[in-house]
Amino acid sequence: MADKNLAVRCQNIIKTYDAGGQKVNALNGIDLEIQMGELMMLVGPSGCGKTTLISVIAGILDQDSGLCELFGENLKAMSNKNKLQFRARNIGFVFQTYNLLPALTAVENVSVPLIINGMKRKQAEAKAMNILEQVGLGSRATSMPLQLSGGQQQRVAIARALVHSPRLIVCDEPTSALDHKTGHTVMNLLKEVALHKDRALVIVTHDARIFGFADRVAEMDDGHIVKVENSKFN
Amino acid sequence: MNHIALKMLMGDKGKYFGIIMGLTFASLIMTQQPAIFVGLMARSYSFISDVGLPDIWVMDSKVQFVDDIKPLQDTELYRVRGIAGVQWAMPMYKGLLKARLTDGTFQTCNLIGLDDTTLIGGPPVMLEGKLEDLRRSDSVIVDIDGAKDKLGKPAVKGGTAEPLKVGDNLELNDHRAVVVGISRVTRTFQSQPVVYTTYSRAKSYAPVERKLLSFVLVKAKQGENLGELTKRIRDVTGLAAYTRDEFKELTYNYFMKNTGIPINFGISVTLGFIVGAAIAGQTFYNFTLENIRQFGVLKAMGTSNLTLLRMILLQALLVGSVGYGLGVGLTALFGFLMRNTILAFKFPWQLLIFSGTGVSLICMLAALVSIIKVIRLEPAIVFKG
Repeated sequence: MADKNLAVRCQNIIKTYDAGGQKVNALNGIDLEIQMGELMMLVGPSGCGKTTLISVIAGILDQDSGLCELFGENLKAMSNKNKLQFRARNIGFVFQTYNLLPALTAVENVSVPLIINGMKRKQAEAKAMNILEQVGLGSRATSMPLQLSGGQQQRVAIARALVHSPRLIVCDEPTSALDHKTGHTVMNLLKEVALHKDRALVIVTHDARIFGFADRVAEMDDGHIVKVENSKFN
Repeated sequence: MNHIALKMLMGDKGKYFGIIMGLTFASLIMTQQPAIFVGLMARSYSFISDVGLPDIWVMDSKVQFVDDIKPLQDTELYRVRGIAGVQWAMPMYKGLLKARLTDGTFQTCNLIGLDDTTLIGGPPVMLEGKLEDLRRSDSVIVDIDGAKDKLGKPAVKGGTAEPLKVGDNLELNDHRAVVVGISRVTRTFQSQPVVYTTYSRAKSYAPVERKLLSFVLVKAKQGENLGELTKRIRDVTGLAAYTRDEFKELTYNYFMKNTGIPINFGISVTLGFIVGAAIAGQTFYNFTLENIRQFGVLKAMGTSNLTLLRMILLQALLVGSVGYGLGVGLTALFGFLMRNTILAFKFPWQLLIFSGTGVSLICMLAALVSIIKVIRLEPAIVFKG
């Protein structure tokens, strides 16, 4: 019987890329479990497979072999349509370069996941407004992304990742484009607003200054998880 | 998602206007050039359109178009009159004649000789004087464009050119002619002044020839089948007989086959299509490429390919409609501004369908390339720095 507290279960995940005729093993048998309410950080040098792993976990990339379950569901076995719906409902994304839609205001950007899930625009924007207030940007709701600082854009991105109440939030280098202080503010926000007993956070990062925010840190190298340990700061 | 698609499209004003401009240009070229072409071709048979009353035109069997005059003997008129189903048949002279202007220069005119009694085949609109004034001695009616321009009195030093007026004299092939009326006719392909007079007077103006009858204009009896009547005339007389529309078609086809006009305009329209497609298609595709990451984000967040396809089609539909509307509007404006000039311009509704199809094709091509790119897009792109 599936463990209800288990958000992510990866077993022997293997993923190979074809790079100019040469096979590159991005993931070489990854085993990893992430609990609900847990903030897990994936760390390691460039090219070690961190981004490939979160892509597989988030269901936007299929592994070649192995099992990856999200809340007890095997994503690879799902039809494309079901996978899209599952992703739309259950996963929130925070990206290194924010990836806000530049033509939309902050509140419109935040409302996008709700609209994808079929909510009416007005209702979605009202809900997005509430979340923007939670991340301290209620007064900048009608600003365009380019009118916001890097830290503010990342807070909008966090609001967008949270607005549809997903059960997993996947963050790719959320602080690497920010200065130390803003990075800490963003991490505090993630921990306070995003982390929840019914939700797990996976953060890929190089930024050693934020390791202390993790519950556990999984260190990767060459497509393997070298070690998983509790954060020394906890 | 529609409002997101539209905001994405209009977010970058420069690119948005670039796409619109490309499509406007394509739409403009694809309507304006064919409109000039249609206008020009319509001029080739404008004389036939202007002669409204007869149902059938009878002429020498070797005539290829309206200005290709191969005269008949006057007796042919009586043969045609004798055919069953003919209500009336009238003679018409049509030929080129030199008019001597007051400054001694010559101008070639299109001389039309109308039946002396009925004056059938006269100008469609009289601006000054009456058609019946042609019964006065030496009288002629001149078209307004010819009177103002080619037959006008040349400017004396320091003055302006004076148009030919009612009461003025002309010299047609050494014969005196008095202007008794000014008419409005549809411009012809050669745009020569049109001078109307009676058939008998036209024969006296024209150089002496054994045969001078250009056409026999025929009205069919009520209820007569025109196809059968033209066949009967052909069978009995051995001449060519066409209904008005058939004669227009004969003339139109002659110009299509024997002049470079269709090729020249065809090249213009094709170039307009290619350039428009290149500009609009390339800009639209670039727009998609530059937004590929945004499409990737939407895809990662759970947007289906079908929704993305609809978004791109909506964007293409919007730019296509705006570009098409602007292009067609500019063409209409061009036609309006040129309405009183010598330029040939005719804008039938079929051209709207023609250019609409062209612009739709450009948009569909551009959208198709963009759609393929977006559908093949791996959402994992969003995690690449």
